[in-house]
Amino acid sequence: MSDLSFENDPAPRLSREDIARRAAKFLPNNSIVNLGIGIPSLCANYLPTDIDIYYQAETGLLGFKELYPKGKGDPNIMDASGNFPVNIPRLVFFDSIESFNMIRGGHIDITVLGGLQVSGNGDLSNWMIPSRGIGSIGGAMDLAENTPNVIIAMEHTTTKNIPKIVEKCTYPLTSKNCVNLIVTDVAIIEVKYNSDINAKLILRETAPHWKIEDIQKITNTEIFEK
Amino acid sequence: MKNEKLYNSFLDSIKDIKNGSSIMIGGFGGSGGQPTRLMLALRDLGPKNLTIISNVAGISTTTGYGWPENITPIDQGIFFEAGQVKKIICSFPVPGTTKPISEIEKSWKTGNCEVEIIPQGTLVEKIRCAGSGIPAFYTSTGVGTIVSQNKEHRIFNGRKYILEKALPADFSLIRANKSDTFGNLEYIGTSRAFNPAMATASKITIAEVNEIVELGEIDPEKIGTPGVYVNRIVKRKPGDPYP
Repeated sequence: MSDLSFENDPAPRLSREDIARRAAKFLPNNSIVNLGIGIPSLCANYLPTDIDIYYQAETGLLGFKELYPKGKGDPNIMDASGNFPVNIPRLVFFDSIESFNMIRGGHIDITVLGGLQVSGNGDLSNWMIPSRGIGSIGGAMDLAENTPNVIIAMEHTTTKNIPKIVEKCTYPLTSKNCVNLIVTDVAIIEVKYNSDINAKLILRETAPHWKIEDIQKITNTEIFEK
Repeated sequence: MKNEKLYNSFLDSIKDIKNGSSIMIGGFGGSGGQPTRLMLALRDLGPKNLTIISNVAGISTTTGYGWPENITPIDQGIFFEAGQVKKIICSFPVPGTTKPISEIEKSWKTGNCEVEIIPQGTLVEKIRCAGSGIPAFYTSTGVGTIVSQNKEHRIFNGRKYILEKALPADFSLIRANKSDTFGNLEYIGTSRAFNPAMATASKITIAEVNEIVELGEIDPEKIGTPGVYVNRIVKRKPGDPYP
């Protein structure tokens, strides 16, 4: 079931869970992955049974899988979303220095982050809505700037149908030219770089009954057929 | 011989924190690794115009972040509620949701305190450097964002970096599972977080622990913070309900 729907939509948009399920398909077996708060954190629930991922959390944790329900479990084994993962034998604990050595040194294979805006050249804004005036960076800038593969899992528009994929980000930036793939409730879009700072958005998949023209209408920068 | 590192009360261990002091508070955010008893003592002692340095700060009371369901959360918001804070330096001062509004956001909105938001990896590296005799370092995190404003830029191997400076403080309040009488600390799980870095970065480091044991009783392979960094140790009462 979709979470957002608008009058001119050709068909329902996908749900947050569907976005997570589609993003999870891009996580290869045995990869080291950091999931952001929100839709990205749901990816853990939708891995195919033959895929095993080593999740890393900024808190100083590597190798976790299942989470206890909210508020249950051991508070001394926590992920960055504030959940308590199950203590399985392969876990590794480390402090914040080591945790950010991993992230800033480029040792995490893939990060899935939420987005407020993504631009046509792969810039990401995801930490502050200007009208609020205060926001939280957490590990997002470190992850977006230094992880080789950055996937953004977000709704295609705001709740008022304002495009979140734009020519130029107007919200405060998280990192420039960092995004590799955008997974939304209507499309999967690859950010194809032709230099360090220039990119084209290539449409790879659409939600059922959505065409490129429909997606272009709610996207504020040009997208291309693959 | 009297061991001058051992304190019997949390309040006694922080009595020299004064108006205007800068204080690091360890942990990640959430209950594990947070020096909750030292924080409550600091609130009760009541110094004002403090600079607080933390990672995730003040979001647990309104969201339950990192706390077990059956305990009422305590977070950095207690110092804002008591009007003790001039400035907070942290990576994550507000949750995504705006309602209910947290004590930090309330205080920031009314202009009662300054909030400096720093990327988490940069924050821990600034603290590590302060404890390691390194005055500044270059990082790519924050390049092209508001974090890079008014900072020196330099290119290494074709990539742009910004210069970030070390961040020391007057006091560090940290949390570990066990200490020996010299202050060698053993941590559990993800309760390490910012504690080991903060232990090195202040003039006075005070550790809140569950248990104090004799020298040699902690496996040397398991010591996460060597006692050379720890000035004071306070033990919790048995059966303390806070994680």
